[in-house]
Amino acid sequence: MAQFTLPKNSKYTEGKAWPKPEGASNVQEFRIYRWNPDDGANPRIDTYYVDRDDCGPMVLDALLWIKNNVDSTLVFRRSCREGICGSCAMNIMGGNTLACTLGIDDCASDSIKIYPLPHMPVLKDLVPDLTSFFAQHASVEPWLQTETPAPETEWRQTPEERSKLDGLYECILCACCTTSCPSYWWNGDRFLGPAALLQAYRWLIDSRDENTGERLDNLHDPFRLYRCHTIMNCANTCPKGLNPAKAIAEVKKMMVARVV
Amino acid sequence: MAEAKVAPRPLSPHLQIYRWSWTMAMSVAHRITGIALYGGIALFAIWLVALASGPSAFDAVQWFFGSPLGYLILFGYTWILMHHMLGGVRHLVWDFGYGMEPEQRINMARFTLVGSIALTLAIWVVAFIAF
Repeated sequence: MAQFTLPKNSKYTEGKAWPKPEGASNVQEFRIYRWNPDDGANPRIDTYYVDRDDCGPMVLDALLWIKNNVDSTLVFRRSCREGICGSCAMNIMGGNTLACTLGIDDCASDSIKIYPLPHMPVLKDLVPDLTSFFAQHASVEPWLQTETPAPETEWRQTPEERSKLDGLYECILCACCTTSCPSYWWNGDRFLGPAALLQAYRWLIDSRDENTGERLDNLHDPFRLYRCHTIMNCANTCPKGLNPAKAIAEVKKMMVARVV
Repeated sequence: MAEAKVAPRPLSPHLQIYRWSWTMAMSVAHRITGIALYGGIALFAIWLVALASGPSAFDAVQWFFGSPLGYLILFGYTWILMHHMLGGVRHLVWDFGYGMEPEQRINMARFTLVGSIALTLAIWVVAFIAF
C-alpha cells in the first residue's frame, strides 16, 4: 500500500538562514534541502542568498556559488555542466530537471526551492542513492544481443531502421523521469520505471537485435511493465525532451501484437 | 573490517513537493472516480432491490432520489461516471500510442474535466426537458 506521507525520520524542518552577501543589490533566494548522515538530525531546509551579479545564469551556477562563497558543506552531484552527464538531476521548483540546463531566470521565483530527486533514499543533501535505479537498468540487458555470427564489418542498418532509435538513444540516465513517476514512488521495488523501460524499448526496436522475444518475456509481468498507468510525469519532466511514456506504450503494443 | 555506522537514510520528499500537472491530476481523479463508482453502483442496486421488494419500498427510494439531497447525489454520480468514462477513453487512445505529444496530452487531460462537466450538464438538461 502506498504511503503518501514521509516516514518520521524523513520529515523536514526549517533550517538555517545563511547571511546575505554584503553589498549585493541583485539577490536571489534559494531554499535547499539538507541532510547530514553524521549529525543524527532530521532533514532541514536552509535558506541561501546568491549575488546574481557575481554568479552564472544557471541553477547549477548558483549551487556552485553557494558552495564557494557561503557554505562549503553543501553536497550535490555535478560534472559536465552542459546537460549530457545527468549528474545534477534534482527537483527544482517542483519538477525534476538538470540544474545545469535550467536558468535561474526561468524559475521565475522569489524563492527557488531545491530538493533531491523525489522518493529516493538520501545519501547526503541533494544526493540520492541510485543503486536500484541502475540495477533496474541493468536488468533490461541494455546491449546488442544476436544469434547469427557477427559480420566481418559492422551490423548493417537502413536509415529508416536507424531513425527508430531517435528519441531513445539520447537518454542520459539522469533518473528525472523515473523519480517523477508516482507509480514508481509506490512500487519502485518491482516496477522498472520509465527510464529502464525506455531503454528496454530502445533494444526491442533495434533492427539488429535478435533477442526480442526473450526481452518481451522478461517484461511480461504485472509490475515490471504494467505498473505504468500513463500518468505522463515522465514525459512532462524529461530534461532531454524524450517521451518515456510513449516508449512504454509501444512496448505494451508489442506485447499485444505478438499474441494476436 | 569494521563497518561504518550510518544513520538510517531519509526518504526524499515526493507528493509533498512535486508540481501538479494536468495529466497527473486527471490520473488521480480517474482513480478516485473509479472507486466512487462502486458507491454509485450500490445506489443503483438499492433502487433495483426496492423495485423488486414492492410498492412501499420503491416509493420510499423514489422519494429519496427525488429529494434535493437525492438529486445532488445523482448529479454527482453522473459527473463521476462521465469523468471516469472520458478518462477511460483517454487511456484507450494513449494505449494505442496516439495523443502523447506535449500539447496533445495536456489538452486531452483538460478535456476530461471540461468534457465531463459539459456532458453531465447536458444529460441533466435533457432529463429535465424530456421527463
